[in-house]
Amino acid sequence: MTELDTRIAEWRAAVSRGPAVAASDADELETHLRDQIAELETAGLTGDEAFLIAVKRLGSADALTAEFAREHGDRLWKQLVATSSAPASGSPSRDIVTMLVFAVIAGGLLQGARLLSGIPGGDTTWLPRNASLIVLTVLAAYLAWTHRIGIRIAVVLGAVVAVIAVLINVLPSLQPVATGSALIAGQQLVVLHLPVVLWFIVGIAYLGTQWRSSARRMDFVRFSGEWAIYLVLIALGGAVLVGLTTLVLLPIAGEAVVPMQEWVVPTGIGGAVIVGAWLVESKKSVIENIAPVLTAIFTPLFALMLVVSAVGYLIAGIGHEFNRDLLTVFDVLLLVVLALVLYGLSARDPLRPAGLMDVIRLVAVVAAIILDALVLGSMFARIGEFGFTANRVAALGLNLLLVIDLVVTAALTIGMLARRIPAARLERFQTSALPVFGVWALVVVFVLPPLFG
Amino acid sequence: MNIDKDLVAAMATPLVLAILADGGPSYGYAILKRVRDLSDGDLEWTDGMLYPLLHRLERLDHVRATWGSSPEGRRRKYYELTESGTAALDEHRRQWATATKTLGGIWKLVPPTPFPTALRRA
Repeated sequence: MTELDTRIAEWRAAVSRGPAVAASDADELETHLRDQIAELETAGLTGDEAFLIAVKRLGSADALTAEFAREHGDRLWKQLVATSSAPASGSPSRDIVTMLVFAVIAGGLLQGARLLSGIPGGDTTWLPRNASLIVLTVLAAYLAWTHRIGIRIAVVLGAVVAVIAVLINVLPSLQPVATGSALIAGQQLVVLHLPVVLWFIVGIAYLGTQWRSSARRMDFVRFSGEWAIYLVLIALGGAVLVGLTTLVLLPIAGEAVVPMQEWVVPTGIGGAVIVGAWLVESKKSVIENIAPVLTAIFTPLFALMLVVSAVGYLIAGIGHEFNRDLLTVFDVLLLVVLALVLYGLSARDPLRPAGLMDVIRLVAVVAAIILDALVLGSMFARIGEFGFTANRVAALGLNLLLVIDLVVTAALTIGMLARRIPAARLERFQTSALPVFGVWALVVVFVLPPLFG
Repeated sequence: MNIDKDLVAAMATPLVLAILADGGPSYGYAILKRVRDLSDGDLEWTDGMLYPLLHRLERLDHVRATWGSSPEGRRRKYYELTESGTAALDEHRRQWATATKTLGGIWKLVPPTPFPTALRRA
């Protein structure tokens, strides 16, 4: 590459930084620049002089990109649409085909499972127990495929999933007491906790051999947040579609409404799981992550709510008896606080010194710990009274883990604010604490039901 | 000669359409050279601004663009007048004819000052 080529490449890069300048526009402008330089050189100028004059005539990169933005304002938005990376030939690119294949598999399997479990005399609890297994296994397979994690890990993951599938459907404590009966306690725990176990398998499928790296784990945390948000958005769209279809069908074929919903909803959920993952992957460099933005909005609000609640509980005292539902509420609350911490960290530059946002986060965490200490104290009293059940142990164990996590988080945040601990320590702690929750979910699914069955 | 920016902008569309109508399919650099020849270098135009204009004409379907290559093998975008572009050119021509006729009517009555202000400034 000659010096002139280097300078042209630099100029092209400067012009391409304008978000409304497409690669083809840069091609067009570069050809123009080179034509101009060639003509000026023929007239006797040196390459350097010709370059300077040609660039001057084309106009400054800023003015040029501004002019393109005026004409192609739509491109500032269109970047957000996934098709921006589609090839010009018009045929869908390979990753879209892959995504569609896996989405059809996920939707199809879930639909098939629904049809099978609908056979008269079948086990009505089978589908809720196995739905997450079916869908998240396909998601793990999709990620393992697109991330090329290698055959060894894939085989291990496949074996683990197979063992889980067999256990879920064979363990006596997880089977229904009689056909047609409702979910028993052990099955409720499976429905709630199995997705968590499987999410760790999805995580390993996502990370491959790099699952030990803290930074890469944080990537998976980011992926999870964006995936959940896309799923919610797709669900909203799906709800509108199904709702309108229902309203349109009702006057002419009221009896077709329920079958329509039974066919569309499971297939749609299965497909959405894969489409969501594909959207996150294909857009991660295009749009700012949404989860950290939501976190930034809600961290101060939750901090305020938690402080007010903690003060309220401290003043009012716990006059009435606590029940498991309330403990579940507090588990969810702590989970939300942990998510705020995690996604706040996910967008935080580890090198930046601690700031106001870290203080707000600390306030939220401390208030949450105080609140939870009050609840836990009352729970222990209650368990002493009524004894342990699988559900209580599950709720209590999660609560303990969350509190320990948040206490360490608070301590590390204080250290950060005192400039004694680098921010990266907190991130490393959070990412290494994550597998503990997976192990706990595994215990809840496979150890607690037999223990208390 | 210094021509007002707004006037250049107003002339740009009919000028480009007319150059394409006259010489057939062409590309940005050649169109600019033609502009320079036609105006004897008096019409100052920042070269880069031609491309957003061509893209706007393409969006309005006044021109059709195809990718070809230059003799040196670089990607080059050629623009060709469409029917709608021809119609647009006729419309522009009608408007400019009215403008020049109107101005021409009054120019005849107002003799130019012996020393134009532009020259004095120079």
